[in-house]
Amino acid sequence: MQTILSIAIDALAYGMALFIICIGLSLTMGLMRVVNLAHGAFAMIAGYIASYAARDLGLGYAAAILLAILGTIVISIPLERLLYRRIYGSTELTQVLMTIGITFCVIGITNYFFGPTLKTIPLPGSLSQPVDVGFRTIAAHRLFVIACGLLVAGGLWFLIEKTSFGIKLRATVDNAAMADALGVRTQAVYAISFTVAVGLAALGGVVGAEFLPIEPYYALRYMVTFLVVVSVGGAGSILGAVAACLLLGAVDTTGRYLMPDFGNFFFYAAVIAIVCVFPRGFFGRAG
Amino acid sequence: MPDLAGIVIIAAVGMAGYWLFPDNLALLTRIVAVALLVLSIDLVTGYCGVATLGQAALFGAGAYAAGIACVNGMTEPLTLVLIGAVAGAVAGLLMGSVMLRAHGLAQLVLSIAIVQLFHEAANKASAYTGGSDGLSGLMVSPLFGVFAFDLWGKTAYLFGLSLLVFVFIALKFVVSSPFGILCRGIKEDPIRVRAMGAFVFPVLLKMFAISGAVAGIGGALAAISTQVVGLDSVSFELSANALVMLVLGGLGTLYGALAGTVIFMGFEHMVSAINPFHWMTMVGALLIGVVLAAPSGLSGLLGTISRATTRGKGGRG
Repeated sequence: MQTILSIAIDALAYGMALFIICIGLSLTMGLMRVVNLAHGAFAMIAGYIASYAARDLGLGYAAAILLAILGTIVISIPLERLLYRRIYGSTELTQVLMTIGITFCVIGITNYFFGPTLKTIPLPGSLSQPVDVGFRTIAAHRLFVIACGLLVAGGLWFLIEKTSFGIKLRATVDNAAMADALGVRTQAVYAISFTVAVGLAALGGVVGAEFLPIEPYYALRYMVTFLVVVSVGGAGSILGAVAACLLLGAVDTTGRYLMPDFGNFFFYAAVIAIVCVFPRGFFGRAG
Repeated sequence: MPDLAGIVIIAAVGMAGYWLFPDNLALLTRIVAVALLVLSIDLVTGYCGVATLGQAALFGAGAYAAGIACVNGMTEPLTLVLIGAVAGAVAGLLMGSVMLRAHGLAQLVLSIAIVQLFHEAANKASAYTGGSDGLSGLMVSPLFGVFAFDLWGKTAYLFGLSLLVFVFIALKFVVSSPFGILCRGIKEDPIRVRAMGAFVFPVLLKMFAISGAVAGIGGALAAISTQVVGLDSVSFELSANALVMLVLGGLGTLYGALAGTVIFMGFEHMVSAINPFHWMTMVGALLIGVVLAAPSGLSGLLGTISRATTRGKGGRG
């Protein structure tokens, strides 16, 4: 029972950390139809900034997160202007190649400046101690990540379903040319959603650093995981991303706990099965 | 006969490498093995339009099949290559029948998942594959019973080069056959091809099997020449790098595949000796540059330039 419960908590927290990162990618792919393999690179940049801010500048955890998100967004703006705008509407192969190229550049440049070592982001005291929830104790950091995930999911749902920006966003997704003709500034919608996606990647990279450690090849190592989660969930769907993250998080964590020798075997076997049955993901749009 | 000239040039460049870099024959043999892998990607991606990031699964299947056969006493090199080709073709059939169920992004994700699954399987089945230590101790008997595989890799390189030329000639026939033309048609417009009465799925599956055989030959060559088979031969990184080489050279031309491999691996050898992270930055910048400036690769760029110059002459004349 104890084992099942700790697997469940770990799986939930890991799934939520994945979710925070992947929902941004899901937005980019669902809305802008860009297969952005460099999404993990933005999470990695944020991790490096947060680690630098917390360890070398001595800032607090909250300040480090904020600085990381802002810094990553600032870095991403020229990339969006100069590179991403050119591949909107290109074939998947072109987009994959361009974004793999960006990923390689980010890895090379960050390691040139920060050195090829594992970066840690020290947790504040309040998050590193266990919390008693009545029947057992849980690491506070796990609860924090779960709370962040729920907050992100709720916030995005509100933004997309309940605000006027959300209406414009959905209109642009359904028919960009028509939305443009009706006076929606689709370029601005694209730019804002790209910024939101990058900000979420940054947030996820920092709070998820306990599960996905910040290391030199971070962007490449987890690129596949993020892409897989999005294609399983269905691009552009919040519900699909939640379902995919929780399911794949559970499969991965359970596999590691019970059969550590097999590594990622179950993860990828599950992915092949799911993609074969649901080629568009759980909640993907048809067409 | 431009093809005949091309084949002579390939053989000549290969022999020039043999005379100019006698100390780097191991690297040159590696280039030949990877060139076979890149050719195999060209068959499915360049000629059929099926993008794949998991082709190393087929390369690794050939390498491990040849390696395991060799450890178990089957040491004749040509037989080993044949075993590698068959194993690659079988793996290609398997991979094709899974990948062709999906389209677009899902297809790409499936290819990645398949290569990762092969990687985990090779890691897990350490009784046969040596796991993460790699499969070592391959003692290959002399080619035709005469030419032993020497310490300097001379035999291995010449053997690899002849294999490459042979495969290249065979592929030239494949891609210009009615079957090859049909594949190009499917790449352009699968619905129209289906409307004309051709079956798309079996044609693509057949190309996957051929491509698997080519990749398997490459894997077997790598196993024979290095005498070890490591887990890196079934990795996502190798698949992605090979795709980059193909795009650099130009999709849909067999010469582009070869040129891309030689240029990429030559640069990699020089730059990564200084600092591996500089190499990553450079490849990244190169990729971005190719996508922005020369979407059809170096061979496409050359074609554009030569067309522009001939048109210029025609205009003035």
